[in-house]
Amino acid sequence: MRLRYIKDRIFLVMICTSSSIIAIPLLSIVWKVVSKGYKQISIDFFTQKIPNSWEAAIALQNGSIIPGGIAPGITGSLFMVAVASLIAIPLGIMIGVYLSENTNSKYASIVRFISDLLQGVPSIVIGIIIYSWIVTTLKSYSALAASLALTIMMLPMIIRSTEETLKMLPNSLKESALALGASRIKTTFFIIIPSAFSGIFTGILLSVSRVIGETAPLLLTSLGSSSVNWNIFSPTSSIPTLIWDFYNDPNLLNMVWSSSLILLTIVFILNYIAKTVSQSRNN
Amino acid sequence: MTDKIFKRLLFMLSLIVLFITAGMIYSLVSGALPAFRKFGIFNFIYSSEWNPRTETYGALPFIVGTILTSFLALIISLPFSLSIALFSGEYYKNSKFSKIISSFVSLLSGVPSIVYGLWGFYSIRPIIISLGISTNGLGILTSSIVLAIMIIPYASSLSSEFLEMVPANLKEASYSLGSTRLEMITNVMIPYASSGIFASYILALGRALGETMAVTMLIGNTNNIPSSLIDTSNSMASVIANQFGEADGLKLSSLIAIALLLMLITALINFIGKLIIKRFQ
Repeated sequence: MRLRYIKDRIFLVMICTSSSIIAIPLLSIVWKVVSKGYKQISIDFFTQKIPNSWEAAIALQNGSIIPGGIAPGITGSLFMVAVASLIAIPLGIMIGVYLSENTNSKYASIVRFISDLLQGVPSIVIGIIIYSWIVTTLKSYSALAASLALTIMMLPMIIRSTEETLKMLPNSLKESALALGASRIKTTFFIIIPSAFSGIFTGILLSVSRVIGETAPLLLTSLGSSSVNWNIFSPTSSIPTLIWDFYNDPNLLNMVWSSSLILLTIVFILNYIAKTVSQSRNN
Repeated sequence: MTDKIFKRLLFMLSLIVLFITAGMIYSLVSGALPAFRKFGIFNFIYSSEWNPRTETYGALPFIVGTILTSFLALIISLPFSLSIALFSGEYYKNSKFSKIISSFVSLLSGVPSIVYGLWGFYSIRPIIISLGISTNGLGILTSSIVLAIMIIPYASSLSSEFLEMVPANLKEASYSLGSTRLEMITNVMIPYASSGIFASYILALGRALGETMAVTMLIGNTNNIPSSLIDTSNSMASVIANQFGEADGLKLSSLIAIALLLMLITALINFIGKLIIKRFQ
């Protein structure tokens, strides 16, 4: 009889310990990135171009920090994610609206199913596809190719999160707008989307934070450049691909951590905003 | 009138999703065709030779590498994600503790793959070496540990949703019969939510299969069938990431064929997971 209660207690302790263990990798990652990366962070790090291996080797020998920064990566990441968002957000919201208005049609359920499948496609496969569609056609790596790869990754996430949010809206909202004589377009743009805004916005932020750290597809599509590039048809750097380049060059190893610190900070901020927005909706 | 046009427009936009997917499959199949023609589909899958010099390519080592790393990751993650699911879905539901744990989990889910790879290389690899498990610290085991941490957030948040769906009256009935909380969990909650939990792990497996950067940095990148769990290997995604840059001709086609297989496997896994969830609801 007692044994049962002891077992129950032991189980609770086990649950608590193994749940708390999750903090260890997180703290370890953050500690590693911050403690190794903070030294390199300065204004230069955000504004200067990427150092070459030679400059870094000299700096390492003198024991000073590596000169230069990752401005091309930061601008490149922002540029490519912005282009991807410009395509994926309106498209995703519209398709999400379509799916939520046709819940029972067979065609809509096929689209829903396919976009779920699309969401599960590994990012490297999307990289290969865009490589064969865009990079081989234009005969050059480009920001455009990377943006399209990111678009394909963002699109299903935005579609599904929009649809899920719209499904939760009360039907009476739409009906009262229509009863007042508003057209469908007006109802969609002025009633439905605004009242679902926080949910849609959370979905968008989460999709942006997912793709901003994507490395594999960018290695196959945008490659990289050592200076800041705003031409959509030229190879462009991004923070994750720079981390990969630095990782493969022993002289630039210190840059790995500071770049990861920037990337991690951006992702965490995006996640934090998303969480705050979705919580304010729930309250 | 405008409403009709609007409806049409929405319909046309939704076609884009179908076109993208159809186009992807078409491109992959047509890109993989030369390799499949040369080696035959089944031969390509069953052959373990990957030799650029003799131009013979087979996908078996990478398929084995992918399946081993993903399943091992799933097994490692299982006790932790199930605990977290019980912690936030049952024991400390809606409490401050579960909020702390769930914010840890959501932070972990945000960490980019390449940062996981770096952390695995510079933090986990030295531990593996100092424990004397393997000499260079790279291989299936190292990648699986890091993969496990990467899929814990996904598996735990999904399965905790299913645990929360267990009706309160079932739980109360179990308590009223005198069972302890542990007995209620093992006899009522887990059986009730089992198919949902199973589906969560299947979907987490789908995530693990396609992970590229972290695995590429940790698996050791050798084109052999791994002889043990501490051996170095290559996964389907990592061989593409490593060799796509300098590939052409038959090798390029073989890599695209691997991408096609990878896409089919993940699609199948996701399909099964979604199907089970649909049944559950």
